[in-house]
Amino acid sequence: MMKDIAIKAGYTLISLFVITNYGLLLGGTMARVRAKVQGRIGQPVWQPYIDIIKNNVLRTGISHGVMFYLGPVFRLAGGLGTYLFIPAVYGSLVFANFAFSGDLLLVMYFIFFGQLGMALGAGQSGHPYSPIGVARGLAQMSAFEVPFALSVIAIAAQYQTLSVTEFVALQQGGILNWIVFTNPLATIAAMISFLGMSMGNPFSIVIAPQEIPIGPPTEMQSSFLGMLQTNRAIFNGAKLVLFMNLYFGGATSVLSMVVKTFLIYLYTVIVGASFPRFRADQSIRFFLGIPTLIGIAAVVVQMI
Amino acid sequence: MKKDEMNEQIAQIDKAMRLGNEGLSDDQKAYFCDQRPERIDPYHGILERFANWARAESLWILGFGTGCGAIELRPLMTSRYDMYRYGIQPRPTPRQAGVFVIGGYASVKTMKRIVRSYEQMQGPKFVLGLGSCTINGGMYWDSYNTINRLDHYIPVDIYIAGCMPRPEALLAGFNRLKEMIKAGQCDGMNSYAENFDWYKKNQKQIIKHWNMPDYNW
Repeated sequence: MMKDIAIKAGYTLISLFVITNYGLLLGGTMARVRAKVQGRIGQPVWQPYIDIIKNNVLRTGISHGVMFYLGPVFRLAGGLGTYLFIPAVYGSLVFANFAFSGDLLLVMYFIFFGQLGMALGAGQSGHPYSPIGVARGLAQMSAFEVPFALSVIAIAAQYQTLSVTEFVALQQGGILNWIVFTNPLATIAAMISFLGMSMGNPFSIVIAPQEIPIGPPTEMQSSFLGMLQTNRAIFNGAKLVLFMNLYFGGATSVLSMVVKTFLIYLYTVIVGASFPRFRADQSIRFFLGIPTLIGIAAVVVQMI
Repeated sequence: MKKDEMNEQIAQIDKAMRLGNEGLSDDQKAYFCDQRPERIDPYHGILERFANWARAESLWILGFGTGCGAIELRPLMTSRYDMYRYGIQPRPTPRQAGVFVIGGYASVKTMKRIVRSYEQMQGPKFVLGLGSCTINGGMYWDSYNTINRLDHYIPVDIYIAGCMPRPEALLAGFNRLKEMIKAGQCDGMNSYAENFDWYKKNQKQIIKHWNMPDYNW
């Protein structure tokens, strides 16, 4: 019994180590892709590592109270929770994480959880831009959850399951079994809401440096910021893995996970590099418009 | 000496070390800290060298254009100069920034904001004086509302002379700053803490309407 727990703990640590490093390298690579679009050389791929080290070795750090400490902790817990309940590589013991039946609902909750925790921490910092950023973030999140939830309802009705592992299992056996081909409407609704979830342009209304510098983490510095940056890498990785599992057939090896998640992320970066930022109200109206209608259509198709 | 007397003496010394915050009303005083900045010793040996390397390779500029020289900062982000490849990037809040570029002349009105922003930055923090105005006032040396020597008010690590220095000069300045940080020569944060009274006296001499705390945490 103890041996099993120790082995599982070891596997979890390996899985977390891999996703953290992968998330950081992915962030660095995409910064370079964005730079190439703008005709620049761009920062080194390993720049996110240096930034995190720098923030953690700063000599001073200002706290604004207990919730200020707990904000980044909740955020990190949200990121870790999201990742740990998604099987990263199908059929792998190390990357199976803690997936169980019905975990899709828990994962959707965890995506929200970090933002709510951050709202408490940012609120205590007392900076006026923090609550504005948080309010924008929660409003946008409620908006993009609508098409995403509709899409999940459609595929859950189609495959009669709420387990991410089962979704991956049911999509095995050829590219045409992927949900992107068996249920394109649900995939389109979800991929549009993924743009909002990854908070790049045109949905970068939360951390909008020119409007509300820089939103919720305005007062976060030193190791608080270092923690948030680490979480961003994990959370990004987790979201990419989730969408890969749900719509693109999952992955049976680390290599196919890397290729698929890279391409999904590249899609958000290309959209981000091509469009300017929406205003907060435009973003919310957008998600509640056509993406929601596509989501409803996906559900209706399953009902017929 | 009795224990009570000793405690009283400690309380008096503590009170004397506290900042007066005289620019604030009694209501406002409750919101601000009255503690002085303290010297924080660097790590030793390889740990400090590693930390300095990380600090040098990740310079986050405070996006606060204090004077006309700030116009030379913008081209650095463009594809022609691309400061990102040196690990330099702008940051919109002083809490997260590590480098403060004083863009040219600093008027008395701006000086107040410069002091506030500088004190809110987390150490180790570096200041780069851009243009001749920060060195000796430049073409504004006899102006009634600009300061002449920036390092009388905040510690400056490196100056870039010129009016205006071109973006190339700015990049060269950044790279020199990186070398200095790696060599452990930039300790403006501790120098500010050690000479806090002198800096405050100079600041208060020019900023007449002092309606902020003596040290902005």
